[in-house]
Amino acid sequence: MNINLTLIAQAISFAILIWFTTKFVWPYLLNAIETRQKTIADGLAAAERGKQELDVATQRSAEVVNDAKQKATSIIAQAEKRASEIVEEAKANAKTEGDRIIAGAKAEIDQEVNRAKEGLRQQVSTLAIAGAEKILRKEIDAKAHADLLTSIANEL
Amino acid sequence: MATGQLTPSEYIQHHLSFNQKSVGDGSFWVLHVDTLVMSALLGIVVFGLLWWVVRGATAGVPTKRQAFVELLIEFIDNQVKSIFHGNRHAFIAPLALTVFVWVLVMNAMDFLPIDIMAIVYGWLGLHEWRSVPTSDINATFALALAVWLLMIFFSIKVKGLGGWIHELFCSPFGSNPLVWPANFAFNLIEYISKPLSHSLRLFGNMYAGEIIFLLLGMWAATGLAGTFFGALLGAGWAIFHILIVCLQAFIFMMLTVVYISMAHESH
Repeated sequence: MNINLTLIAQAISFAILIWFTTKFVWPYLLNAIETRQKTIADGLAAAERGKQELDVATQRSAEVVNDAKQKATSIIAQAEKRASEIVEEAKANAKTEGDRIIAGAKAEIDQEVNRAKEGLRQQVSTLAIAGAEKILRKEIDAKAHADLLTSIANEL
Repeated sequence: MATGQLTPSEYIQHHLSFNQKSVGDGSFWVLHVDTLVMSALLGIVVFGLLWWVVRGATAGVPTKRQAFVELLIEFIDNQVKSIFHGNRHAFIAPLALTVFVWVLVMNAMDFLPIDIMAIVYGWLGLHEWRSVPTSDINATFALALAVWLLMIFFSIKVKGLGGWIHELFCSPFGSNPLVWPANFAFNLIEYISKPLSHSLRLFGNMYAGEIIFLLLGMWAATGLAGTFFGALLGAGWAIFHILIVCLQAFIFMMLTVVYISMAHESH
Protein backbone atom coordinates (compact mmCIF):
# COMPACT_ATOMS: atom_id res chain seq x y z
CA MET A 1 0.00 0.00 0.00
CA ASN A 2 2.65 2.48 -0.94
CA ILE A 3 2.70 5.41 -3.26
CA ASN A 4 4.73 4.73 -6.35
CA LEU A 5 5.06 5.52 -10.02
CA THR A 6 1.59 4.13 -10.65
CA LEU A 7 0.31 7.44 -9.33
CA ILE A 8 1.89 9.42 -12.12
CA ALA A 9 1.00 6.92 -14.81
CA GLN A 10 -2.59 6.90 -13.62
CA ALA A 11 -2.69 10.70 -13.54
CA ILE A 12 -1.48 10.76 -17.13
CA SER A 13 -4.17 8.38 -18.28
CA PHE A 14 -6.68 10.51 -16.37
CA ALA A 15 -5.48 13.59 -18.20
CA ILE A 16 -5.80 11.80 -21.53
CA LEU A 17 -9.35 10.75 -20.73
CA ILE A 18 -10.29 14.30 -19.67
CA TRP A 19 -8.86 15.63 -22.91
CA PHE A 20 -10.73 13.00 -24.91
CA THR A 21 -14.06 13.69 -23.21
CA THR A 22 -13.70 17.45 -23.47
CA LYS A 23 -12.71 17.24 -27.11
CA PHE A 24 -14.72 14.38 -28.57
CA VAL A 25 -17.57 13.34 -26.32
CA TRP A 26 -19.10 16.34 -24.63
CA PRO A 27 -19.41 18.89 -27.48
CA TYR A 28 -21.01 16.48 -29.93
CA LEU A 29 -23.79 15.33 -27.69
CA LEU A 30 -24.30 18.75 -26.19
CA ASN A 31 -24.71 20.08 -29.69
CA ALA A 32 -27.29 17.43 -30.49
CA ILE A 33 -29.15 18.02 -27.23
CA GLU A 34 -29.20 21.78 -27.63
CA THR A 35 -30.26 21.59 -31.25
CA ARG A 36 -33.07 19.24 -30.34
CA GLN A 37 -34.15 21.42 -27.43
CA LYS A 38 -34.25 24.39 -29.77
CA THR A 39 -36.22 22.40 -32.34
CA ILE A 40 -38.73 21.34 -29.72
CA ALA A 41 -39.05 24.85 -28.33
CA ASP A 42 -39.53 26.22 -31.85
CA GLY A 43 -42.12 23.55 -32.59
CA LEU A 44 -44.04 24.36 -29.44
CA ALA A 45 -43.90 28.07 -30.20
CA ALA A 46 -45.09 27.41 -33.75
CA ALA A 47 -47.95 25.30 -32.47
CA GLU A 48 -48.93 28.05 -30.07
CA ARG A 49 -48.76 30.59 -32.86
CA GLY A 50 -50.82 28.35 -35.12
CA LYS A 51 -53.43 27.98 -32.43
CA GLN A 52 -53.66 31.73 -32.01
CA GLU A 53 -53.88 32.22 -35.75
CA LEU A 54 -56.62 29.63 -35.94
CA ASP A 55 -58.55 31.50 -33.25
CA VAL A 56 -58.17 34.76 -35.14
CA ALA A 57 -59.19 33.11 -38.40
CA THR A 58 -62.25 31.54 -36.81
CA GLN A 59 -63.25 34.90 -35.45
CA ARG A 60 -62.70 36.53 -38.80
CA SER A 61 -64.64 33.91 -40.68
CA ALA A 62 -67.57 34.38 -38.30
CA GLU A 63 -67.39 38.12 -38.92
CA VAL A 64 -67.31 37.61 -42.68
CA VAL A 65 -70.29 35.29 -42.56
CA ASN A 66 -72.20 37.80 -40.42
CA ASP A 67 -71.31 40.60 -42.81
CA ALA A 68 -72.44 38.55 -45.77
CA LYS A 69 -75.71 37.75 -44.08
CA GLN A 70 -76.36 41.38 -43.30
CA LYS A 71 -75.48 42.38 -46.84
CA ALA A 72 -77.75 39.73 -48.28
CA THR A 73 -80.62 40.87 -46.10
CA SER A 74 -80.16 44.47 -47.13
CA ILE A 75 -79.83 43.52 -50.79
CA ILE A 76 -83.05 41.51 -50.64
CA ALA A 77 -84.83 44.37 -48.93
CA GLN A 78 -83.55 46.81 -51.53
CA ALA A 79 -84.58 44.49 -54.33
CA GLU A 80 -88.04 44.15 -52.93
CA LYS A 81 -88.33 47.89 -52.57
CA ARG A 82 -87.06 48.38 -56.08
CA ALA A 83 -89.49 45.84 -57.47
CA SER A 84 -92.46 47.54 -55.88
CA GLU A 85 -91.14 50.87 -57.16
CA ILE A 86 -90.89 49.48 -60.67
CA VAL A 87 -94.40 48.15 -60.44
CA GLU A 88 -95.65 51.52 -59.23
CA GLU A 89 -93.76 53.30 -61.96
CA ALA A 90 -95.11 50.96 -64.59
CA LYS A 91 -98.60 51.52 -63.32
CA ALA A 92 -98.18 55.28 -63.43
CA ASN A 93 -96.63 55.13 -66.89
CA ALA A 94 -99.42 52.97 -68.15
CA LYS A 95 -101.97 55.37 -66.74
CA THR A 96 -100.40 58.45 -68.36
CA GLU A 97 -99.91 56.57 -71.62
CA GLY A 98 -103.53 55.54 -71.57
CA ASP A 99 -104.61 59.09 -70.80
CA ARG A 100 -102.48 60.37 -73.64
CA ILE A 101 -103.90 57.87 -76.08
CA ILE A 102 -107.41 58.73 -74.98
CA ALA A 103 -106.72 62.46 -75.37
CA GLY A 104 -105.17 61.89 -78.82
CA ALA A 105 -108.18 59.86 -79.87
CA LYS A 106 -110.55 62.53 -78.61
CA ALA A 107 -108.66 65.23 -80.50
CA GLU A 108 -108.75 63.16 -83.66
CA ILE A 109 -112.43 62.58 -83.25
CA ASP A 110 -112.97 66.33 -82.84
CA GLN A 111 -110.87 67.00 -85.92
CA GLU A 112 -112.82 64.46 -87.91
CA VAL A 113 -116.06 65.94 -86.74
CA ASN A 114 -114.90 69.42 -87.71
CA ARG A 115 -113.72 68.22 -91.07
CA ALA A 116 -116.97 66.47 -91.68
CA LYS A 117 -118.82 69.60 -90.66
CA GLU A 118 -116.68 71.67 -93.03
CA GLY A 119 -117.23 69.29 -95.89
CA LEU A 120 -120.90 69.23 -95.10
CA ARG A 121 -121.03 73.00 -95.04
CA GLN A 122 -119.31 73.27 -98.37
CA GLN A 123 -121.54 70.66 -99.91
CA VAL A 124 -124.62 72.28 -98.41
CA SER A 125 -123.68 75.65 -99.87
CA THR A 126 -123.00 74.10 -103.33
CA LEU A 127 -126.24 72.17 -103.09
CA ALA A 128 -128.13 75.27 -102.08
CA ILE A 129 -126.55 77.24 -104.88
CA ALA A 130 -127.32 74.47 -107.34
CA GLY A 131 -130.94 74.33 -106.11
CA ALA A 132 -131.33 78.03 -106.23
CA GLU A 133 -129.76 78.15 -109.71
CA LYS A 134 -132.22 75.62 -110.90
CA ILE A 135 -135.16 77.48 -109.34
CA LEU A 136 -134.27 80.96 -110.27
CA ARG A 137 -132.32 80.35 -113.47
CA LYS A 138 -132.24 83.62 -115.17
CA GLU A 139 -133.21 86.34 -112.69
CA ILE A 140 -130.71 85.49 -110.24
CA ASP A 141 -127.18 86.51 -110.74
CA ALA A 142 -125.24 83.60 -109.27
CA LYS A 143 -122.29 85.70 -108.49
CA ALA A 144 -124.24 88.36 -106.58
CA HIS A 145 -126.08 85.88 -104.43
CA ALA A 146 -123.14 83.55 -103.75
CA ASP A 147 -121.89 85.80 -100.98
CA LEU A 148 -125.26 85.77 -99.35
CA LEU A 149 -125.46 82.01 -99.57
CA THR A 150 -122.00 81.60 -98.17
CA SER A 151 -122.92 83.64 -95.15
CA ILE A 152 -125.99 81.51 -94.68
CA ALA A 153 -123.87 78.39 -94.91
CA ASN A 154 -121.53 79.80 -92.30
CA GLU A 155 -124.40 80.25 -89.97
CA LEU A 156 -125.18 76.54 -90.10
CA MET B 1 -8.40 -19.33 -5.21
CA ALA B 2 -10.08 -20.65 -2.11
CA THR B 3 -7.94 -23.70 -1.90
CA GLY B 4 -7.50 -25.46 1.38
CA GLN B 5 -3.76 -25.20 1.28
CA LEU B 6 -3.80 -21.46 1.84
CA THR B 7 -4.06 -19.98 5.29
CA PRO B 8 -6.56 -17.10 5.62
CA SER B 9 -3.85 -14.51 5.75
CA GLU B 10 -2.20 -16.01 2.69
CA TYR B 11 -5.54 -15.99 0.89
CA ILE B 12 -6.10 -12.33 1.61
CA GLN B 13 -2.48 -11.54 0.90
CA HIS B 14 -2.80 -13.24 -2.43
CA HIS B 15 -5.89 -11.31 -3.44
CA LEU B 16 -4.49 -7.98 -2.32
CA SER B 17 -1.17 -8.31 -4.12
CA PHE B 18 -0.54 -6.06 -7.05
CA ASN B 19 1.03 -7.20 -10.25
CA GLN B 20 4.13 -5.11 -9.80
CA LYS B 21 6.80 -4.18 -12.23
CA SER B 22 9.91 -2.45 -11.08
CA VAL B 23 11.22 0.16 -13.47
CA GLY B 24 14.02 1.63 -11.39
CA ASP B 25 15.75 1.62 -8.04
CA GLY B 26 13.78 2.20 -4.89
CA SER B 27 10.23 1.52 -3.87
CA PHE B 28 8.87 4.53 -5.79
CA TRP B 29 9.90 3.29 -9.21
CA VAL B 30 7.30 0.55 -9.29
CA LEU B 31 4.31 0.26 -11.56
CA HIS B 32 1.13 -1.56 -10.61
CA VAL B 33 0.49 -3.14 -13.97
CA ASP B 34 -2.94 -4.46 -12.99
CA THR B 35 -4.20 -1.06 -11.85
CA LEU B 36 -2.90 0.67 -14.94
CA VAL B 37 -4.03 -1.93 -17.44
CA MET B 38 -7.47 -2.35 -15.91
CA SER B 39 -8.12 1.38 -15.65
CA ALA B 40 -6.79 2.08 -19.11
CA LEU B 41 -8.77 -0.80 -20.56
CA LEU B 42 -11.96 0.36 -18.86
CA GLY B 43 -11.28 3.91 -19.92
CA ILE B 44 -10.77 2.92 -23.53
CA VAL B 45 -13.83 0.68 -23.57
CA VAL B 46 -16.26 3.02 -21.85
CA PHE B 47 -15.12 6.26 -23.44
CA GLY B 48 -14.79 4.55 -26.78
CA LEU B 49 -18.37 3.47 -26.33
CA LEU B 50 -19.43 7.01 -25.46
CA TRP B 51 -17.52 8.35 -28.44
CA TRP B 52 -19.10 5.76 -30.72
CA VAL B 53 -22.56 6.77 -29.53
CA VAL B 54 -22.08 10.53 -29.69
CA ARG B 55 -20.34 10.35 -33.05
CA GLY B 56 -23.62 9.26 -34.58
CA ALA B 57 -25.64 11.57 -32.37
CA THR B 58 -28.57 13.14 -34.09
CA ALA B 59 -30.49 16.24 -33.13
CA GLY B 60 -33.63 14.54 -34.28
CA VAL B 61 -35.28 11.60 -32.63
CA PRO B 62 -32.56 9.86 -30.63
CA THR B 63 -31.99 6.13 -30.61
CA LYS B 64 -32.29 4.31 -27.29
CA ARG B 65 -28.52 4.16 -27.13
CA GLN B 66 -28.21 7.89 -27.61
CA ALA B 67 -31.05 8.60 -25.20
CA PHE B 68 -29.23 6.66 -22.50
CA VAL B 69 -26.01 8.59 -23.00
CA GLU B 70 -27.98 11.84 -23.11
CA LEU B 71 -29.62 10.91 -19.84
CA LEU B 72 -26.20 10.41 -18.30
CA ILE B 73 -24.83 13.64 -19.71
CA GLU B 74 -27.83 15.69 -18.69
CA PHE B 75 -27.71 14.21 -15.21
CA ILE B 76 -24.10 15.32 -14.85
CA ASP B 77 -24.77 18.63 -16.56
CA ASN B 78 -27.55 19.38 -14.08
CA GLN B 79 -25.29 18.58 -11.15
CA VAL B 80 -22.57 20.83 -12.50
CA LYS B 81 -25.05 23.57 -13.34
CA SER B 82 -26.27 23.70 -9.75
CA ILE B 83 -22.75 24.20 -8.42
CA PHE B 84 -20.70 25.97 -11.04
CA HIS B 85 -21.78 29.29 -12.49
CA GLY B 86 -19.82 30.00 -15.58
CA ASN B 87 -19.11 28.38 -18.91
CA ARG B 88 -19.29 24.82 -17.66
CA HIS B 89 -19.24 23.27 -21.14
CA ALA B 90 -15.68 24.36 -21.78
CA PHE B 91 -14.11 22.13 -19.17
CA ILE B 92 -15.85 21.38 -15.89
CA ALA B 93 -18.82 19.44 -17.18
CA PRO B 94 -16.74 17.14 -19.41
CA LEU B 95 -14.33 16.72 -16.51
CA ALA B 96 -17.22 15.71 -14.26
CA LEU B 97 -18.40 13.23 -16.90
CA THR B 98 -14.92 11.75 -17.18
CA VAL B 99 -14.55 11.41 -13.44
CA PHE B 100 -18.00 9.97 -12.88
CA VAL B 101 -17.96 7.44 -15.68
CA TRP B 102 -14.42 6.32 -15.17
CA VAL B 103 -14.66 5.98 -11.39
CA LEU B 104 -18.00 4.24 -11.78
CA VAL B 105 -16.68 1.54 -14.10
CA MET B 106 -13.51 1.15 -12.08
CA ASN B 107 -15.60 0.72 -8.93
CA ALA B 108 -17.93 -1.62 -10.77
CA MET B 109 -15.06 -4.07 -11.20
CA ASP B 110 -15.78 -4.88 -7.58
CA PHE B 111 -18.84 -6.81 -8.76
CA LEU B 112 -16.62 -9.36 -10.47
CA PRO B 113 -16.38 -12.39 -8.18
CA ILE B 114 -12.77 -12.31 -7.04
CA ASP B 115 -12.10 -16.03 -6.89
CA ILE B 116 -13.57 -16.75 -10.32
CA MET B 117 -11.68 -13.81 -11.76
CA ALA B 118 -8.51 -15.16 -10.11
CA ILE B 119 -9.00 -18.40 -12.03
CA VAL B 120 -9.61 -16.49 -15.26
CA TYR B 121 -6.51 -14.36 -14.70
CA GLY B 122 -4.67 -17.59 -13.88
CA TRP B 123 -5.47 -18.92 -17.34
CA LEU B 124 -4.00 -15.74 -18.75
CA GLY B 125 -0.87 -16.39 -16.72
CA LEU B 126 -1.51 -13.53 -14.33
CA HIS B 127 -1.21 -14.90 -10.82
CA GLU B 128 -1.30 -11.64 -8.99
CA TRP B 129 -3.91 -9.41 -10.53
CA ARG B 130 -6.40 -7.07 -8.87
CA SER B 131 -9.53 -6.17 -10.76
CA VAL B 132 -10.51 -2.97 -8.96
CA PRO B 133 -8.24 -0.04 -9.82
CA THR B 134 -9.95 2.23 -7.28
CA SER B 135 -8.92 -0.04 -4.42
CA ASP B 136 -5.37 0.98 -5.23
CA ILE B 137 -4.46 4.14 -3.34
CA ASN B 138 -2.26 5.17 -6.25
CA ALA B 139 -5.23 5.30 -8.59
CA THR B 140 -7.53 7.31 -6.34
CA PHE B 141 -4.70 9.58 -5.24
CA ALA B 142 -3.73 10.15 -8.85
CA LEU B 143 -7.24 11.33 -9.62
CA ALA B 144 -7.47 13.47 -6.50
CA LEU B 145 -4.04 14.95 -7.14
CA ALA B 146 -4.92 15.76 -10.73
CA VAL B 147 -8.07 17.49 -9.51
CA TRP B 148 -5.99 19.29 -6.89
CA LEU B 149 -3.58 20.55 -9.52
CA LEU B 150 -6.50 21.66 -11.69
CA MET B 151 -7.92 23.44 -8.67
CA ILE B 152 -4.70 25.39 -8.16
CA PHE B 153 -4.42 26.00 -11.90
CA PHE B 154 -7.91 27.48 -12.11
CA SER B 155 -7.39 29.44 -8.93
CA ILE B 156 -4.35 31.12 -10.45
CA LYS B 157 -5.98 31.43 -13.86
CA VAL B 158 -9.07 33.17 -12.50
CA LYS B 159 -7.53 35.35 -9.80
CA GLY B 160 -4.01 35.71 -11.11
CA LEU B 161 -0.94 34.57 -9.24
CA GLY B 162 -1.07 37.64 -6.98
CA GLY B 163 -4.73 37.13 -6.27
CA TRP B 164 -4.15 33.52 -5.38
CA ILE B 165 -1.29 34.32 -3.01
CA HIS B 166 -3.35 37.15 -1.57
CA GLU B 167 -6.12 34.69 -0.91
CA LEU B 168 -3.73 32.26 0.72
CA PHE B 169 -2.81 34.89 3.30
CA CYS B 170 -5.95 37.00 3.57
CA SER B 171 -8.79 34.53 3.82
CA PRO B 172 -10.76 33.45 5.73
CA PHE B 173 -9.93 35.88 8.60
CA GLY B 174 -9.14 39.09 6.77
CA SER B 175 -6.19 41.03 5.42
CA ASN B 176 -4.68 42.21 8.70
CA PRO B 177 -0.97 41.16 8.72
CA LEU B 178 -1.40 39.79 12.22
CA VAL B 179 -3.75 37.06 11.00
CA TRP B 180 -1.64 36.17 7.96
CA PRO B 181 -0.02 33.16 9.63
CA ALA B 182 -3.37 31.87 10.82
CA ASN B 183 -4.88 32.34 7.37
CA PHE B 184 -1.97 30.64 5.72
CA ALA B 185 -2.10 27.73 8.16
CA PHE B 186 -5.81 27.35 7.51
CA ASN B 187 -5.37 27.36 3.76
CA LEU B 188 -2.43 24.98 3.99
CA ILE B 189 -4.50 22.51 5.97
CA GLU B 190 -7.33 22.92 3.51
CA TYR B 191 -5.08 22.35 0.52
CA ILE B 192 -3.57 19.26 2.13
CA SER B 193 -6.81 17.80 3.41
CA LYS B 194 -8.71 18.21 0.17
CA PRO B 195 -6.83 15.65 -1.95
CA LEU B 196 -6.37 13.34 1.02
CA SER B 197 -10.04 13.16 1.94
CA HIS B 198 -10.99 13.11 -1.72
CA SER B 199 -8.83 10.09 -2.54
CA LEU B 200 -9.00 8.23 0.75
CA ARG B 201 -12.79 8.26 0.85
CA LEU B 202 -13.02 6.43 -2.45
CA PHE B 203 -10.07 4.16 -1.74
CA GLY B 204 -11.36 3.26 1.73
CA ASN B 205 -14.79 2.34 0.50
CA MET B 206 -13.54 0.21 -2.33
CA TYR B 207 -10.79 -1.44 -0.33
CA ALA B 208 -13.16 -2.23 2.53
CA GLY B 209 -15.68 -3.63 0.08
CA GLU B 210 -13.05 -5.92 -1.36
CA ILE B 211 -11.95 -7.08 2.07
CA ILE B 212 -15.51 -7.91 3.07
CA PHE B 213 -15.88 -9.98 -0.08
CA LEU B 214 -12.64 -11.77 0.78
CA LEU B 215 -13.78 -12.48 4.32
CA LEU B 216 -17.11 -13.84 3.07
CA GLY B 217 -15.23 -15.95 0.54
CA MET B 218 -13.08 -17.32 3.34
CA TRP B 219 -16.13 -18.13 5.38
CA ALA B 220 -17.58 -19.94 2.41
CA ALA B 221 -14.55 -22.23 2.42
CA THR B 222 -15.16 -23.40 6.00
CA GLY B 223 -18.04 -25.77 5.36
CA LEU B 224 -21.63 -26.16 4.33
CA ALA B 225 -23.07 -23.58 6.75
CA GLY B 226 -20.29 -21.21 5.89
CA THR B 227 -20.96 -21.66 2.19
CA PHE B 228 -24.65 -21.04 2.66
CA PHE B 229 -24.33 -17.95 4.84
CA GLY B 230 -21.30 -16.77 2.97
CA ALA B 231 -23.25 -16.88 -0.26
CA LEU B 232 -26.27 -15.22 1.34
CA LEU B 233 -24.29 -12.44 2.94
CA GLY B 234 -22.13 -12.15 -0.16
CA ALA B 235 -25.25 -11.56 -2.24
CA GLY B 236 -26.48 -9.00 0.29
CA TRP B 237 -23.16 -7.22 0.37
CA ALA B 238 -22.99 -7.26 -3.44
CA ILE B 239 -26.42 -5.67 -3.64
CA PHE B 240 -25.46 -3.08 -1.07
CA HIS B 241 -22.23 -2.61 -2.97
CA ILE B 242 -24.17 -1.50 -6.05
CA LEU B 243 -25.21 1.51 -4.00
CA ILE B 244 -21.71 2.12 -2.71
CA VAL B 245 -20.14 1.86 -6.14
CA CYS B 246 -22.55 4.40 -7.64
CA LEU B 247 -22.55 6.62 -4.59
CA GLN B 248 -18.78 6.79 -4.31
CA ALA B 249 -18.45 7.59 -7.99
CA PHE B 250 -21.07 10.30 -7.57
CA ILE B 251 -19.41 11.74 -4.46
CA PHE B 252 -16.02 11.74 -6.14
CA MET B 253 -17.49 13.62 -9.08
CA MET B 254 -19.37 16.09 -6.90
CA LEU B 255 -16.27 16.85 -4.83
CA THR B 256 -14.30 17.36 -8.03
CA VAL B 257 -16.87 19.86 -9.25
CA VAL B 258 -17.09 21.58 -5.88
CA TYR B 259 -13.31 21.93 -5.51
CA ILE B 260 -12.89 23.37 -8.98
CA SER B 261 -15.91 25.65 -8.57
CA MET B 262 -14.43 26.94 -5.31
CA ALA B 263 -11.21 27.68 -7.16
CA HIS B 264 -13.22 29.94 -9.48
CA GLU B 265 -14.72 31.97 -6.66
CA SER B 266 -12.90 34.76 -4.93
CA HIS B 267 -13.23 35.12 -1.19
